[in-house]
Amino acid sequence: MDSIAIELRGIDKSFGPVHANKNINLKVRKGTIHGVIGENGAGKSTLMSILYGFYQADSGEIHVDGKQVTIRDPNAAIAAGIGMVHQHFMLVENFTVLENIMLGAEESQILNKGIAKAREELKRLEREYALEVNPDAVIEELPVGLQQRVEILKALYRRADILILDEPTGVLTPAEADHLFRVLEQLKSQGKTIILITHKLREIMAITDEVSVMRRGEMVATRKTAETSVEELAELMVGRRVLLRVEKGEAKPGDVKLSVNGLTVKDGRGVTMVDNVSFNLRAGEIVGIAGVAGNGQSELLEAISGIRRAVSGEVHLNGKPINVTGHVDPKDLRDRGLAHVPEDRHHVGLVLKFEECENAILGYHHDKRYLNGVFLNVDAIRKDAEQRIAEYDIRPPNARLKTANFSGGNQQKIVLAREMERSPDVLIIGQPTRGVDVGAIEFIHKRIIEMRDQGKAVLLVSVELDEIRALSDRILVMFAGRIVGERDPDATEGELGLLMAGVEGRKEAAE
Amino acid sequence: MSNPYAKLPGWVEYGLVPLVNLAVAFLVAGLVVLLVGENPLEAAYHLINGAFGRGEYIGFTLYYATTFIFTGLAVAVAFHAGLFNIGGEGQAYVGGIGVALACLWLDQTMPWFVVFPLAIIGSALFGAAWAFLPGWLQAKRGSHIVITTIMFNFIASSLMVYLLTRVLKPLGSMSPQTRTFAEGGQLPKLDWLLSIFGLDIGTAPFNVSFLLALVAAFGVWLLIWRTKLGYEMRTMGHSPSAARYAGMSESRITVITMMISGALAGMMALNPIMGEQGRMQLDFVQGAGFVGIAVALMGRSHPAGIIPAAVLFGVLYQGGAEISFEMPSISRDMIVIIQGLVILFAGALENMFRPAITRLFSTSSRRAAVVAQTKGA
Repeated sequence: MDSIAIELRGIDKSFGPVHANKNINLKVRKGTIHGVIGENGAGKSTLMSILYGFYQADSGEIHVDGKQVTIRDPNAAIAAGIGMVHQHFMLVENFTVLENIMLGAEESQILNKGIAKAREELKRLEREYALEVNPDAVIEELPVGLQQRVEILKALYRRADILILDEPTGVLTPAEADHLFRVLEQLKSQGKTIILITHKLREIMAITDEVSVMRRGEMVATRKTAETSVEELAELMVGRRVLLRVEKGEAKPGDVKLSVNGLTVKDGRGVTMVDNVSFNLRAGEIVGIAGVAGNGQSELLEAISGIRRAVSGEVHLNGKPINVTGHVDPKDLRDRGLAHVPEDRHHVGLVLKFEECENAILGYHHDKRYLNGVFLNVDAIRKDAEQRIAEYDIRPPNARLKTANFSGGNQQKIVLAREMERSPDVLIIGQPTRGVDVGAIEFIHKRIIEMRDQGKAVLLVSVELDEIRALSDRILVMFAGRIVGERDPDATEGELGLLMAGVEGRKEAAE
Repeated sequence: MSNPYAKLPGWVEYGLVPLVNLAVAFLVAGLVVLLVGENPLEAAYHLINGAFGRGEYIGFTLYYATTFIFTGLAVAVAFHAGLFNIGGEGQAYVGGIGVALACLWLDQTMPWFVVFPLAIIGSALFGAAWAFLPGWLQAKRGSHIVITTIMFNFIASSLMVYLLTRVLKPLGSMSPQTRTFAEGGQLPKLDWLLSIFGLDIGTAPFNVSFLLALVAAFGVWLLIWRTKLGYEMRTMGHSPSAARYAGMSESRITVITMMISGALAGMMALNPIMGEQGRMQLDFVQGAGFVGIAVALMGRSHPAGIIPAAVLFGVLYQGGAEISFEMPSISRDMIVIIQGLVILFAGALENMFRPAITRLFSTSSRRAAVVAQTKGA
């Protein structure tokens, strides 16, 4: 009864000197949910990109439904019945849902005919899989969960029988993720085959039938989910035993280091992103801000760190005001003991084309240590960078390597090393472990706790609820720009999830 | 790995890829020559011979190269900060005022080595001033620099016509140019430099501003890779959001970068005015500002690439003139077509052959690379 939907035989792929996939074999049974896990850079995405026709394997075969196929481009993948839901959605933001779904499958030069047909087909799909979405809504106005639904519909519209989902829950609330899982179950019951790529072990345990583990470009194991455990999978992924829980002692909160009062921030279009937010951050504590991405956390961080101008409100750092509604020089804030690990390390925290050592001074390049008059003191810069590479175990240990050539976890370590090194009073961290592998997560979490134990005030923003719960001493939940509740870290996930979805918050505000 | 173009070895990246592009450009140019019924090999001979055949020819080639080094550096400096300065033409033109003023003031009383530094400062100041306005407009008003610099080229052109016909022209003269400078306003030739190699410079105007161009190239390298300002410029060029995060002032860097770029373009004026003509004429820039864009593109905005790229364009200018002289059916315009092809293949279509070359190298290096996994845990 178990027929094979997809079989990969001996897939091999290199990018220059990087051997991303080594002789990969994988069998995915029809009508199952098959998980593929591995750390960042383990080669999961490369493998799926080969399956979807973005890259060509250097050698190896792909069989779909028992027949060998050549997948030269995504069109060939679609023709073979393979659909993909990307981690970063491939949607045209200012198109409607319907337009996005039709895109590339218009069928005729005159759009009108196609639109009517697509609308009908979309209705049928919605009914069949319980994937409601307004076909005339513009993508950029939809919440992320719905945008993802559009991606799934797009694949189904192209009659995909095999769906690949790449890290689908990274941007979802727990409730949205649960809903996604129900949708996936539904799809499975209709006979679709689903490949779920993720680094979240809990998801694998919750929803998959089988799971394959990748490590350093190799497929190291395939297990029946029912017969394995989180511990075993983590060990397979990393190649050694990992500590999944963060160990930390009691917090000993001291003086208020950062106080935020009635902070309101609007975005470029005048939409209020942060709405009258107030809180205190004390020395020796970690305050976590939980929330679904896009509920104002990013703007809050930017306003506090002087990158974005606030409309109103006050922020005090070490008792002295920061001119958040006027011009703030981020350099000045650094001098006053505020360090900031930005959420987006690729575009903000790092310059990917720079050498590692050049990024190691970003924002601190005014430091006299690194200058000889107007000239850079290249020796000092490199020496410092090398020292930090050793301290933070950044690999490969090469200060002259282009930053883009480091893995996500090591890039994040470069940023953390830079910001933690100067022993700031207040450390603001956005998404400390986004796109970071398990081994590095452990390391980064330890360092954050160490900072706290040294009496630093840490403000943590993360969309990973587990991370917030593991690290924080207090949790603030943000929804629609407001802080809708404060909880202890032992609050249940369900409770926090409801707050994040704005359900509890509204009730609380009404009371 | 999100980067499908893996890293290539340095000599491939900076040697082979440009060479292949160049070879294809000449191949297509050869076809054009065939099309007008001439022998492309003969044209190639005249090109090479015209550029290198005699000491005098080499002198001309390097004279043109000097000009293109300045304008190429000007464009490159702006590139590093993410700014596309296509106003090099106008900045060089206006820079001429600084040179002319210094010469007209002191040429009769001072030797060249006193006038030259003043002329350098003058050309740089005028060039910088002409680039300051577009820079400031972009920084403070958001007017895009590509639009404003190109408009400033036209303003410069009109301004110079006015100055050369009304203000700087000696009384009684019929031509739109300054008077010819005395000894102090003329730069010595680098005949000694060529004679080291046993070459005779003849009438070629190869002069000391070439040395200044080399110094400027080194200065640009220092600026970009070894100063705090250069670091800030590069940060802004690669990632404006990272620059903001690091507390760098975008408007300040924009204005300063444009002024440095304009100063380099302005210094180009030294070469034709003090080095060749001994006076400032109408339209002395002759498109060098635009050639600078191609030079910077081809030289990857690195001084070490800009110098050979400038020499290449010097060859095209000097050798090209020789072709049209020796082969009358190949007109001056044909030369412009050939130059255009080089720009097209070396600049605009720079990445055309890269995937194939990359594939070639990734297959050959795979066997050796199994060990060299660059991604750590």
